[in-house]
Amino acid sequence: MSTMPAELEIHTHEHYLNASYGIRSWLLTTDHKRIALLYLASITFMFFVGGAFAVLMRLNLLTPEGEMVSAETYNKLFTMHGLIMIFFFLIPSIPAVLGNFVIPLMIGARDVAFPKLNLLSWYLFITGSGFALYSAIAGGVDTGWTFYTPFSTAYSNTHVLSMAAGVFITGFSSILTGLNFVVTIHTMRAPGLTWYRLPLFLWSLYATSVIFILGTPVLAIALLLLGLERLFGVGIFNPSLGGDPILFQHLFWFYSHPAVYVMVLPAMGVISEVIPCFSRKRIFGYKIIAFSSMAIAIIGFLVWGHHMFVSGQSIYAGLIFSFLSYLVAIPSAIKVFNWTATLYKGTISYATPMLYAFGFIGLFTMGGLTGLFLAALAVDVHVTDTYFVVAHFHYIMVGGAVMAYLGGIHYWWPKISGRLYPEGWAKLSALVVFLGFNLTFFPQFILGYLGMPRRYHSYPAEFQVLNVMSTAGASILAVGYLMPLVYLIWSMRYGPLAPANPWQATGLEWQTPSPPPEHNFEQTPVVTRAPYAYDEMEEQRV
Amino acid sequence: MSEMQAVEAHEAVAHQFDDMEQQHDAATLGMWIFLVTEVMFFGGLFTGYTVYRSAFPAAFAAGSRLCEVLLGGTNTGVLLLSSLTMALAVRSAQLDRRKHLIFFLICTMLLGLVFLSIKGLEYFHKYEEHLIPGSRFAFAGPDARQVQLFVYFYFAMTGLHAFHMIIGVGVVLVMLLLAFQGKLTSRRYDTVEVAGLYWHFVDIIWIFLFPLLYLVDLHK
Amino acid sequence: MQQLPLFPNRASTIGTGVDHLYFYLVGVSGFFSILIFTLIFVFAIKYRRRSPADRAQQIAGNVPLELAWALIPFGLEMIMFFWGASLYFRHYQAPRDAEDIYVVGKQWMWKLQHPEGPREINELHVPVGRPFRLILASEDVIHSFYVPAFRIKQDAVPGMYTTEWFQATSVGKYHLFCAEYCGTNHSRMTGWIYVMDPADYQNWLSGGAPGESMAAAGARHFSRLGCAGCHVPDNTGRGPSLVGLYGSQVRLVGGRTAFADDSYIRACIMTPSVNRVANYPPIMPTFRGVISEEELSQIVEYIKSLNQGARIQP
Repeated sequence: MSTMPAELEIHTHEHYLNASYGIRSWLLTTDHKRIALLYLASITFMFFVGGAFAVLMRLNLLTPEGEMVSAETYNKLFTMHGLIMIFFFLIPSIPAVLGNFVIPLMIGARDVAFPKLNLLSWYLFITGSGFALYSAIAGGVDTGWTFYTPFSTAYSNTHVLSMAAGVFITGFSSILTGLNFVVTIHTMRAPGLTWYRLPLFLWSLYATSVIFILGTPVLAIALLLLGLERLFGVGIFNPSLGGDPILFQHLFWFYSHPAVYVMVLPAMGVISEVIPCFSRKRIFGYKIIAFSSMAIAIIGFLVWGHHMFVSGQSIYAGLIFSFLSYLVAIPSAIKVFNWTATLYKGTISYATPMLYAFGFIGLFTMGGLTGLFLAALAVDVHVTDTYFVVAHFHYIMVGGAVMAYLGGIHYWWPKISGRLYPEGWAKLSALVVFLGFNLTFFPQFILGYLGMPRRYHSYPAEFQVLNVMSTAGASILAVGYLMPLVYLIWSMRYGPLAPANPWQATGLEWQTPSPPPEHNFEQTPVVTRAPYAYDEMEEQRV
Repeated sequence: MSEMQAVEAHEAVAHQFDDMEQQHDAATLGMWIFLVTEVMFFGGLFTGYTVYRSAFPAAFAAGSRLCEVLLGGTNTGVLLLSSLTMALAVRSAQLDRRKHLIFFLICTMLLGLVFLSIKGLEYFHKYEEHLIPGSRFAFAGPDARQVQLFVYFYFAMTGLHAFHMIIGVGVVLVMLLLAFQGKLTSRRYDTVEVAGLYWHFVDIIWIFLFPLLYLVDLHK
Repeated sequence: MQQLPLFPNRASTIGTGVDHLYFYLVGVSGFFSILIFTLIFVFAIKYRRRSPADRAQQIAGNVPLELAWALIPFGLEMIMFFWGASLYFRHYQAPRDAEDIYVVGKQWMWKLQHPEGPREINELHVPVGRPFRLILASEDVIHSFYVPAFRIKQDAVPGMYTTEWFQATSVGKYHLFCAEYCGTNHSRMTGWIYVMDPADYQNWLSGGAPGESMAAAGARHFSRLGCAGCHVPDNTGRGPSLVGLYGSQVRLVGGRTAFADDSYIRACIMTPSVNRVANYPPIMPTFRGVISEEELSQIVEYIKSLNQGARIQP
């Protein structure tokens, strides 16, 4: 461990960023670190595209009559916002950016198991994104991100096929990434790195990869069948053929429910890294957190019908799905308690990653608790398809997953870029995001129980005040997201050089220089300690 | 191990792996996981099929009787034989019998092409009999709409399978090229082993498809 | 200052239970949210880096504690589950004396018809204090009939019937929304439910132009379309008699039985070759494409009326 102050160290070593130059060295790279940056650039672009659609939506909702855009345009905006944010931002975000960068480093390997497949994953993502952007530019899609039939197969006049193709292709990107991660974690761990010494970020990415592998193909089939039905006018979801529109919903949600765990498990993994580091303590209940991640992934496959309580599905199926939904909440609750307990008797510092972690725990707790409202059958009848659901999932995906993503970006930024970000600005933007987020989405819980349906271009006048509050919050949130874009890019050139281990964190990724050399480690490390052995580290320092 | 063999062994190990054993483990695990994703992919179709067959048993039986059992049965035999030749090819690679390896790979590829030709013939027959789902579908019998649903599943499931067969034939062709170049030796046969796994999987999918599509209520 | 509603009106019998469960959920959620926020806040300050707090004997695990904070929340959740489930079953089992109203959703309007005859578009007039069952159908895509004040919602799915029921508890005017995205004017597919005093309702019923009841219209279609030719009341025709059909158990080809509810009757008319009745020749043609959803509901109502007023659970 270095005891030199950060500013005085000079990086003259060759690392993955300066090892080769030119566009071909980036577009044909098989280095997982460069691939992670390729993903970072592409998903950041897609995030702001999806965000722009959200801004237009919230502006339209300032007035009850929806005067800013036409109903057709509004329907396309919410569809494209959902599709882009889910498939082209949230699902790849932590796995493809942070996972790709950090996994080989965390296990002491030189790269992932299949580096060329990794690059292929990125190209599949780009191709899928291309189809999605084409659909947007050519006129948009208006089916809702859920593509329910028969509207999407027989009634919509928009670019459903190209959009479905985009999601289909991007799905294979996820599948290959999941495959790569599972094989890497199974076969390439450094000597001494047993399963119970793995950092929890890896446990959560492993669980996420299981979902990628088992769930994504079912979405692929659902979209393929939807596409065939739309193309050939014949199909299995068409009531006039004796087909069942609800079958589409089952196939769709069989993937799309586990997909939300794809979005939240990696986020929880980031939190499990950040909390022990900035509490200088072992994490509370390591094994239980690891098993909870697996439990969430497995039980998460059994609850999809809770999206369909009023769909015409059997009420007995509703009972089973409700019960299992309550079950899947428990491992998440356990994690929240465990993270909180980790803080007890810790030595807590307020670096930006830790602030995002605090925000995550609070907002994920609220979002998760509101999931219990939705799991209660009779309450769900009232609030499903209203703003209550919109608020619920944004609390988890934005208040939870995006905050964890930003926390992870800041935590590993020194390792990725070799620079330190400006701490003052970063703390400020974390605060702005937190405040903007709550102002945007808390009023939506109230709107939902009041009865305002979702996907509404115009609404009754009595809902206006709450909508205005929500839009005001969104404008603050937008500022909070633009700030990191600016200062992180700034720091790549002007930030102070980062040492190998600026946070004095455990984990193999901090045992190599910042930025790492192309092959990660000069010598394969050997692991002898339990994970998060911060107490031993403190003893050594003293 | 001779120096040449050592060099060959070293060259065969990709830079991210420590040794051949790790590479082999990773390749095999990777292919098994890929096959799991394929099971889930086909699984969605099987689920849809099951749902509608239990809703419309008579129509699905009628649709099944439209399928040509002789051609489908022949194809089943062809595929099973091709799995044998593929397994023998892998074995030949393990035993460094290059000529046998090339022979069995060619057999496998030809059998795969025979399968695809017979499938093409079946599709052509369906086209002639106006049984392609769509506006020109014509079935003289009760439950025409539900029979069309069956035929739709027939095309979707066998079509997806055929697509995987085409890829499989391409993979075997690549194996052939590698075999000609002498790159499939007993020290680095994991490529052809993994290709074999894929081929067997495509075969197994057909083993499920055949009875579900061709053999429903055969004796009525 | 514009209005700022924070809680919706409640105007149905089931709404009370739903709201009470909601308050329980709010209470539990509020408790745990405040608990976690407080703990984080307190720990983050008490144990901040430079504070002299006692950090001896740190714990990295405690199984009894883990069990406690798994099982106690699970117990609280099971209350939510059972309470929600029992209300949900009540949601789906209309009282025996509920009167049926037929609802057809189409892009982008609701068409409702009372059995006595009056038709409404985007509006429903009902008397307070009596239970009503809505039989929902769709002519095109999936819609959803949502009345926030009643706390009820049900999707209207093309190709099938779905039902929901309510009993209004206070006179007034309540929003009706379509709650399943259905295309361009989804947010305009709204309307009003008018709950009236029984006397006012009677006036309203008889006030409009005298129209025929649904059953009478259904009888007209029944004979116009030739149904009466096979379905003869004394069972001498080529099809079974339909008197007493609604609510009975029907023996099907293959030995199974089916319960003759609204969905069954609809399915018989639209897909007669599926689930055929035993001992009758398979000669009934389908009426899909021949009749509209409204005509279909009138025929169904007519067939139900052959039972002389018996009302059945779906």
